[in-house]
Amino acid sequence: MATDTVHEIENEIGMEELWDGGDSPFRSEYGKLMMWYFLLSDAFTFAGFLIAYGALRFSMDAWPVPDHVFSTAPFGIEGAPLIFVTFMTFVLIVSSVTVLRAVQEGKLENVHGVVKWMFLTIIGGIMFLGCQAWEWTNLIVAEGVTIYNNPFSSSLDDGEYITLAEAKTLNPSLEEKTMMVSIHTDGGHSEEALPYLYDADKDQKYFEKFDHHYFSRHGNEDPDKAVGESFVVGDPYLIAYHDGQYFPGAYKTAGTLLVEDMGPTAFGALFFFITGFHGFHVLSGLIILLIIALNSWSGFYRVRNNGHLMVEKVGLYWHFVDLVWVFVFLAFYLL
Amino acid sequence: MGHSHGLSVEDQRKEDINIGVKGFWILLLVTFAEVAIALFLTDLLPNIVVRLSMITLSLYKAYYIISIFMHLGSEVGGMAATIIFPMALLIWAVIAFLWEGDYARQNRNYVKDARPGVEVSAKETPKKTSMRFDDLSSRELSFQ
Repeated sequence: MATDTVHEIENEIGMEELWDGGDSPFRSEYGKLMMWYFLLSDAFTFAGFLIAYGALRFSMDAWPVPDHVFSTAPFGIEGAPLIFVTFMTFVLIVSSVTVLRAVQEGKLENVHGVVKWMFLTIIGGIMFLGCQAWEWTNLIVAEGVTIYNNPFSSSLDDGEYITLAEAKTLNPSLEEKTMMVSIHTDGGHSEEALPYLYDADKDQKYFEKFDHHYFSRHGNEDPDKAVGESFVVGDPYLIAYHDGQYFPGAYKTAGTLLVEDMGPTAFGALFFFITGFHGFHVLSGLIILLIIALNSWSGFYRVRNNGHLMVEKVGLYWHFVDLVWVFVFLAFYLL
Repeated sequence: MGHSHGLSVEDQRKEDINIGVKGFWILLLVTFAEVAIALFLTDLLPNIVVRLSMITLSLYKAYYIISIFMHLGSEVGGMAATIIFPMALLIWAVIAFLWEGDYARQNRNYVKDARPGVEVSAKETPKKTSMRFDDLSSRELSFQ
């Protein structure tokens, strides 16, 4: 073969056609190929975050139980574990299908269909972001999760919540104090004295166990306290939070007085950062969808006569956003 | 690329709608299955079965979205491989590090339990979960 001329070798393996140009590697348009590789690099970023989450979370003995943390929904719904986040997943799936329809209409060069389906996708994305904003507000304002503090956790002991009187007998060195808290009633706000025990050495307060319903009462009902209830290892708990103050409940285990510990700080930081990063991708996707929809509306892509390839590329980005949500949903809410 | 099977526009559109609707139902039902396992079957089945089944269902959703919604299934095989192979390695990495975290916890508990002699009361046992900032300076940092 060494004696063949270069020309003959080229003809043998058809390389001459390749060097003539007009053929793309992988038979794909440059922009689409690069969008795929950008999405792959973004997948690496998200995988890095999920690895950090997984490695930290499974290295701890106690972690907030997702069924317990995410059991609220708008309009006062409580005790509905994972329902709201399932609704968010549903919204994102629907938006994935609408963007798929937009891409399909683009291939048929139907500008009206493209714009219609893309605007439906944008509405779906806005709904998702609205739901996520509600979720964040509920966690931060109502339940007191921040990137420094996390009042959700699961028990490491078997125990029983006790009264302050019993707590005082178990540890007589604690001081008895009271603090004023504002209670929201039907008529407005009122101040009430809340007693607690205080350990000055550790700067630790001991309260009788109650939940955030203590602070908003209807009628003249007595506040509900969980004193006397017992729990076992692995049961989820939430330290009550109100107006910037946490109220850890006192409990006893095998005759020792203990108090609810704040949960792992990493939970808040990881949750807000990872869902925030995903939400940022949704937001940028919405902006890009809007721009491409407007471009399509003006007939800009009809002129190119390439089956609205730009719509397909943007559709790839939106599907990626949905795909990342599948894994964030799996990691944070299911596992 | 638009009239792929030589169909008329109306027939192509009907086929497109079918793909969309079918995809919607598959993704929705798989999501419901995952949530149902998380809510109802976590206590009934062993932990590893629950986790593996949820991961498998999520991987199936990912396969469906990538192959059919993003049309990677109809791209050149070599190009699809350049995407799928790194993603498969990524998924392996995520699962491996989750496993590693669990192993680190078991290791730490083993060392803690095996300390000779010391009678540690329930109060003094350091609970490795509340990474609460205990010193004065960090209390000033809290969003209070």
